[in-house]
Amino acid sequence: MSFIADPVSFITNWLNSLLSGWGIPDMWVQFIMFIIGAGLLAFGAMIFTIGLIWLERKLGGRIQDRIGPNRIGPWGVFQPIADMLKIFTKEYITPIGADILLYNLAPILAMAAVLGLWAVIPLSSTAYGTNINVGALYLIGIGAIGELGIILAGFSSNNKYALLGGYRAVAQLLSYEVPMAITLLIPVMFAGSMGLNDIAGAQKVAFIFQAPVAALIFFIAGIAENGRAPFDLMEADSEIVAGYNIEYSGLKFGMYYVADFLHAFTSALLFATIFLGGWRGPGAEQYPILGFVYLFVKTAVVYLLTVTIRFTVPRLRIDQVMAFNWKYLTPLALATLLVTALVDKIAPAGQGLLRIILLLVANVLLFLLADRLVTLYRKNHQKLRKVVSEFRPVPVTIRPSVAADEPEVQS
Amino acid sequence: MLHEWLYLVIFLAISMFIPAIAIGMAALLSPKKPAPIKNSIYECGIETYGPTKIQFKAQYYLYAILFLVFDVETVFLFPFAVAYNKLLLFAVVEVIIFVIILGAGLAYAWRRGALEWS
Repeated sequence: MSFIADPVSFITNWLNSLLSGWGIPDMWVQFIMFIIGAGLLAFGAMIFTIGLIWLERKLGGRIQDRIGPNRIGPWGVFQPIADMLKIFTKEYITPIGADILLYNLAPILAMAAVLGLWAVIPLSSTAYGTNINVGALYLIGIGAIGELGIILAGFSSNNKYALLGGYRAVAQLLSYEVPMAITLLIPVMFAGSMGLNDIAGAQKVAFIFQAPVAALIFFIAGIAENGRAPFDLMEADSEIVAGYNIEYSGLKFGMYYVADFLHAFTSALLFATIFLGGWRGPGAEQYPILGFVYLFVKTAVVYLLTVTIRFTVPRLRIDQVMAFNWKYLTPLALATLLVTALVDKIAPAGQGLLRIILLLVANVLLFLLADRLVTLYRKNHQKLRKVVSEFRPVPVTIRPSVAADEPEVQS
Repeated sequence: MLHEWLYLVIFLAISMFIPAIAIGMAALLSPKKPAPIKNSIYECGIETYGPTKIQFKAQYYLYAILFLVFDVETVFLFPFAVAYNKLLLFAVVEVIIFVIILGAGLAYAWRRGALEWS
């Protein structure tokens, strides 16, 4: 029974006792357990991506009124495996003049950054990689390593389009780190600690109800950080032909692809942990296996929302993307932080429901105010476009010798 | 507490190791037939024209500076957020003034046109 209720702890304890029983000193036992745990988690995340690729292609197909892959296996479930086999056997075409070390390091860094996010997420009340006390700050830092992978790819490819794509991509990713970091402060404020275990554990009422505007900004910034539609001009085929990974082929390109999909799921996982309550739910403390299930359901909802947005909303231009971040999201994030800090201190202590209602009202008012300001800004700054195809009558005379029997037309 | 960070180091090392192993495996399985035309730089199907390291547009630098300012501000705000529950209203008002001063910097950049993508 205890195995079913809490498989991770059961296996951990069993392995621990097994290794200690063999007479290995304590420190080495811990080291070996860490290596096994980390290896399983990282490997499991990569294998899980295969199912994610299939899910996204099927869902995208259905949203676009087509079926998606259905030839290979029932409902096309072996399609990603076929893709993996194909990508493993493609030739690595290294461009002339590419910086060999950086060129090969870039996809590894991009993948390592996404995998590194999985280390701090609490998957249930007892199953987590590590509970460092600066989890939220670590998330921001590791996300930035992914950007490093992108700019290295752009720079080391010795290709001006890759470089241009890399510049734009990093400008976008760097800009969207700012509202993400600022809105990450709000759950930290509520929980009183940066560790993700504490943030997930402090959510008797999910933080999305206490800070909806912050959750929305975090969600949008997460999609933009990932480089998915509508912010996907980093890889837009029609814009700058695949952007920073033009010169990559074979599994190096496959690494970027896998990192993209895994990052989408990890963003949904983070959102579910930080704002939706993570593994919390009825009975999740006694039966940690239920924690897995709750987290998975919450993540699935957020992930499906992300996929729907990807296949529904048109792409934004780079100047729209930057303007959206610096002129709307960052000021709104700062304002939300200030308003939440103020209202939370002013609200009378001990009154749980009253505090939540006050926070909700403050958030709604803030959002409406921001909306009003945006409308005013748009009205004042709308550039009047000259419609080039306006009808402009041009004086025309038809010479009488050409059309003798028709009356002269002068307009 | 040290063993938590040790786990992180091990995890990061493994997460760099696994893609490297995968790429190495694929390098063993894939053909290697380099040819000058195949390895030449891609430029929409024509020959590469001009140097491949183009000029760095100054606008990116401005975005990087703005990011730096706000990131450092966020780092300063993290201890405030962690200690928030034990603070008085006075400290919150102080932080509000701090953020407003930095927000004035953003407004200055906005008015001076530093946020336009041109």
